[in-house]
Amino acid sequence: MEGTTILNIHFTLNGVDTTLEAPADRRVVDILREDMGLTGVKECCGSGECGACTILVDGKARLSCLMLAAQLSKRNVTTIEGISTGNDLHPIQKSFVENGAVQCGFCTPGMVLSTVDLLTRNPAPSSEDIREGLSGNLCRCTGYQMIVEAVRTAAEKLRGDAS
Amino acid sequence: MNRNVFLPETLPELLELATHYPDAVLYAGGTDILVQLRAGTIAPPALICLERITALRFIREQKNHLVIGACTRLTDILESSPVAAHLPVLRKAVRVLGSPLIRHTATIGGNICTASPAGDSLPALTILEAVLELHTSEGARRSPLHEFILGPGRTARRPGEILTAIEIPKPAGFNIHHFEKVGQRSALAISIASFAALLHMSDSGVIEDARLAWGSVGPTIVTSKAAENALIGNRLNHDVLTHAAAIARAAVSPIDDIRASALYRRQVSGNLMLRLSDYRHPATTDTRHIL
Repeated sequence: MEGTTILNIHFTLNGVDTTLEAPADRRVVDILREDMGLTGVKECCGSGECGACTILVDGKARLSCLMLAAQLSKRNVTTIEGISTGNDLHPIQKSFVENGAVQCGFCTPGMVLSTVDLLTRNPAPSSEDIREGLSGNLCRCTGYQMIVEAVRTAAEKLRGDAS
Repeated sequence: MNRNVFLPETLPELLELATHYPDAVLYAGGTDILVQLRAGTIAPPALICLERITALRFIREQKNHLVIGACTRLTDILESSPVAAHLPVLRKAVRVLGSPLIRHTATIGGNICTASPAGDSLPALTILEAVLELHTSEGARRSPLHEFILGPGRTARRPGEILTAIEIPKPAGFNIHHFEKVGQRSALAISIASFAALLHMSDSGVIEDARLAWGSVGPTIVTSKAAENALIGNRLNHDVLTHAAAIARAAVSPIDDIRASALYRRQVSGNLMLRLSDYRHPATTDTRHIL
């Protein structure tokens, strides 16, 4: 196959203009974790079933295990490392902490980023909407009750801040 | 590793690449192809990613049809008001496909070209009588969906050919749009069996017309004129549905796999019909009620 397979990729990563060289078919999850050191992006199933590798691409939740390097070009990518400001946690992160929605923490980055996506599209979700919105993110530690509660209170807080 | 990934931005660019690299594998959302690539079940020399071709992402309402671009993401279909108004059966099927994360990426054209017997949009698209638009650098052709899907993972797509759009007639007169799938859990489950129905029920509760299709219980989507005829002219009462369910069980040709046995699939294909009794009173047939 002709043509170079090492790409020069320009994209925005957590608000910073970024250029990197990578094989065109390297998975985005590997670039973020191994090349960029952003280990808040987790990998579990590697096949789109668990949501641990969720990132935001142009504001929408996407699975970084099902994206290749070439697809980063010109995109705006946010990982869990990029959603807080300095030492201040994002309101959704705070709500997860305050509601005890974290046990081992492995699913948490994906849960939080899926919540960002959900609340962008639906700022006042019902409990059913929350369960449906997070149905692509698996937690194997405990029930989902505290996670649902964390999302509900985060939504309330964000609506309060907005008004 | 280290294969090229092309990212065309226009249809002419894509058609040229597809002609030039006939062995390259196309992917739109990648929710199936990239899993196969990782598992090593495919090893193409190059990949062509379709996500940047904005001309293939649209939902256009015409007088008698909806036309959906092949690279339209399932989330866009769920959020479309023309789809909600005219194609509730498709909306219901897409709503239980994968998860929000999968639906943000996966496309309607991908679900068709993957040609999985368990593809959740396929029973709905079959009874909606969807017609596919296919392009090569030489020209275009049209194909009914049911003639395009040949078997598990096999389609009539020719080398260098691109599925560009799906044309779906607005189903006139069908006041019941039903879809249900059975999986091992509610999100992210591959269907064990699925069932789509379009029914025209009269004000007095008699079925005037019926289109039925089952997924995951045969090499391609299963339809049954006999099961449809068992409903037409009748009310959705216990005897009628039990009789039609028996016909459905005879019509399907399921296999044993890791998700379920053929015996279970055959049984549940009929049982799924019994759910139509939820619509037996004409007052409940308003499509708004069942959305």
